[in-house]
Amino acid sequence: MQTDPNPNKSKDSPTNSDSTESTQSPSPFPDDVLGQVLSFLNSDKDRSSVSLVCKDWYNAERWTRTKLFIGNCYSVSPQIVATRFPKITSVTLKGKPRFSDFNLVPQNWGADVHYWLVMFAKVYPFLEELRLKRMKVSDESLELLATAFPGFRALSLMSCDGFSTDGLKAIATHCRNLTELDIQDTDMSDIDDFNGGWLSCFPENFGSLEVLNFASLDSEVNFDALERLVSRCKSLRVLKVNKSIMLDQLQRLLLQAPQLMELGTGSFQQELLPGQFGDLESAFSNCKNLQTLSGLWEVTSIYLPVLYAACASLTFLNLSYAALRSVEFGSLLAHCPNLRRLWVLDTVEDKGLEAVGSSCPLLEELRVFPADPYDQHLHSGVTESGFVAVSRGCSKLHYVLYFCRQMTNAAVATIVQYCPNFTHFRLCIMNPGRPDYLTNEPMDEAFGAVVKTCSKLQRLSVSGLLTDLTFEYIGKYAKNLETLSVAFAGSSDWGMQCVLEGCPKLRKLEIRDCPFGNAALLSGLEKYETMRSLWMSSCNVTITACQQLAREMPRLNVEGQDGMPHLLFSLFDRQDLLLPSLMLWSGTRAVKMAGEKQSELDHSFLLNENMRND
Amino acid sequence: MEGIMSHENDLNLKATELRLGLPGTDEPTSKNNKRAANELVEDSELLKGKSDAKAGDIETAPASKSQIVGWPPVRSYRKNVVQPKKTEAETGNYVKVSMDGAPYLRKIDLKIYKGYQELLKALENMFKLTIGEYSEREGYKGSEYAPAYEDKDGDLMLVGDVPWDMFISTCKRLRIMRGSEATA
Repeated sequence: MQTDPNPNKSKDSPTNSDSTESTQSPSPFPDDVLGQVLSFLNSDKDRSSVSLVCKDWYNAERWTRTKLFIGNCYSVSPQIVATRFPKITSVTLKGKPRFSDFNLVPQNWGADVHYWLVMFAKVYPFLEELRLKRMKVSDESLELLATAFPGFRALSLMSCDGFSTDGLKAIATHCRNLTELDIQDTDMSDIDDFNGGWLSCFPENFGSLEVLNFASLDSEVNFDALERLVSRCKSLRVLKVNKSIMLDQLQRLLLQAPQLMELGTGSFQQELLPGQFGDLESAFSNCKNLQTLSGLWEVTSIYLPVLYAACASLTFLNLSYAALRSVEFGSLLAHCPNLRRLWVLDTVEDKGLEAVGSSCPLLEELRVFPADPYDQHLHSGVTESGFVAVSRGCSKLHYVLYFCRQMTNAAVATIVQYCPNFTHFRLCIMNPGRPDYLTNEPMDEAFGAVVKTCSKLQRLSVSGLLTDLTFEYIGKYAKNLETLSVAFAGSSDWGMQCVLEGCPKLRKLEIRDCPFGNAALLSGLEKYETMRSLWMSSCNVTITACQQLAREMPRLNVEGQDGMPHLLFSLFDRQDLLLPSLMLWSGTRAVKMAGEKQSELDHSFLLNENMRND
Repeated sequence: MEGIMSHENDLNLKATELRLGLPGTDEPTSKNNKRAANELVEDSELLKGKSDAKAGDIETAPASKSQIVGWPPVRSYRKNVVQPKKTEAETGNYVKVSMDGAPYLRKIDLKIYKGYQELLKALENMFKLTIGEYSEREGYKGSEYAPAYEDKDGDLMLVGDVPWDMFISTCKRLRIMRGSEATA
């Protein structure tokens, strides 16, 4: 057992340490006390900091870490992970860059979870939780997951693809201790769905589910099986069904599970007989614990009142699939005084947002989605006045995602005066490059106001007509900014340089269709090592510059796409051509190649540069 | 016969097919494999360099400005699910309006008016006339025009007798009557 006799050991010079450093013997057991203390640490950031202190702490930390978070699956190889962390029970893995949500990333880019699962099966047979985002997950992977991990409890798939209901069948059949099956934001339109019978594959004596979310699945499910499952799972607190579930079926489910805290309804469109309406109403009124409500596909105004009795304790209302108008929306809101988070469609218009401002004083998050994103009809949806109305009434607002077709600098300035605490400000003026529609000026001052006033800003998405001035402002004021999304903006390299030089906490930068080129790209060399990733598409970056970048920064993975992802050092014959898209990320030489070959190269984490074992 | 058939195959019918896009590129079949298509991609140097990239991946300029790939940044499952179907709440309630003596009819959307006042004002504007005061006893006084409507049963009724909500659900067409006909 190694003890650390010198508590004042310098943190800056781990190689200065005493006997612990010189004993190369692989005694893997950490200091008892240190280990105990560190096992209380949950935050990944804290654990990373701890592991940098010295070798002892690095070791103690790695033995007590149980939750693994990998923000970019290509930043590190499974082998390295397995070597470093022996006791992992919970894994979160994220794959494709966010712009893949919008069809900007080739279909076969990668992020297949399978080779990770193969490693996990060998090294972490006691794995309990797996949370994946934007990864490719095949049915074969789901089968492996279901059979190789006897204690497996929780599966969460967000924006993943590659699987079908066959894979879900395997999970239902084999995972005896499953508490969570959460499938979110999956575009199932490309996926063949073979049967709704996967739900019937849960054994008759199985009752441990607490979370069941299949809202984004397209297909019919076996309702009897679902009803029986819900009645068996007494601890069920989250149930989100898909569109195939009708209102009368929903009523029966609610009777079985009045304890629900989160409910996603099915389709709300069915013609109800008078008796059924009353039954549904009373079923909802029995749900006293409801905090989250979503679904509500095709809801019509006459059925909204059945919800009223269940809304008193609602903190999150997701109406982003319900094309409501301002009047019925306002009536519903009047019953939801405790709302903290609200997602709506812009069919509610400014009038509806005024109702938000007056009915929801506790609101912290608002997302307004466009019902008809390609509609050229300039008068539909919401405008700047709706946003101002919300900000006036909701002083606690700190997260906003707002799609609109017109905006003014003055309105945004007013908004941030009312709500100076924005942490997430995502404004999408849907016509690219649109100026302030009243003054015809660029929207620079709007975003200038945001970054100057909102010192806690972590995430920013800009839009509208923007010059380099916007980016000067961002670089100068947005000192807590971690994520920046830019499209159709900027005038020159200078804009991007300002951001790279000025934002110390920047982690993710995604840029499309901007006049930023090689000078900008190359100005951020050291910066990229501290970031999770940079994405640039349809900008002015050429292949030569990327090759230079790859040469000068060997610890960066640099990848270009022009239809097939391949690494730039192979492109010797392409000089001075514009690169359609570029992604770079820091990591070890866990180089991504077609076929997902694992890295054979060095075995240390990039971020723990000073802990290299060589 | 066969000779003619095989000749047909040589006609390269595709070349004469009308479609959007520069010659030499195929219509992309799958949305998911598209590359970003915008003005920058049209750089001819770039097109040359892409000679060994998949043909289907080269996107020509979008047919219209609104067809920019991946913009606005809305998830595809939102686009599919949320096609705002024209519910009854959204389609207008258009009815024909005829005026005695006018050469052609007009159409108005009853949904946009909140009550009789607004409707009558709109009619006055549309036909450049004044309609006069309504009273239950005497219909419309003070003008030679009176608004009437044809209801579900085909009967000609005076506008204003029934509550507004009932009116807009039973009114099938409007008629502005004139002169001696207008007085009951």
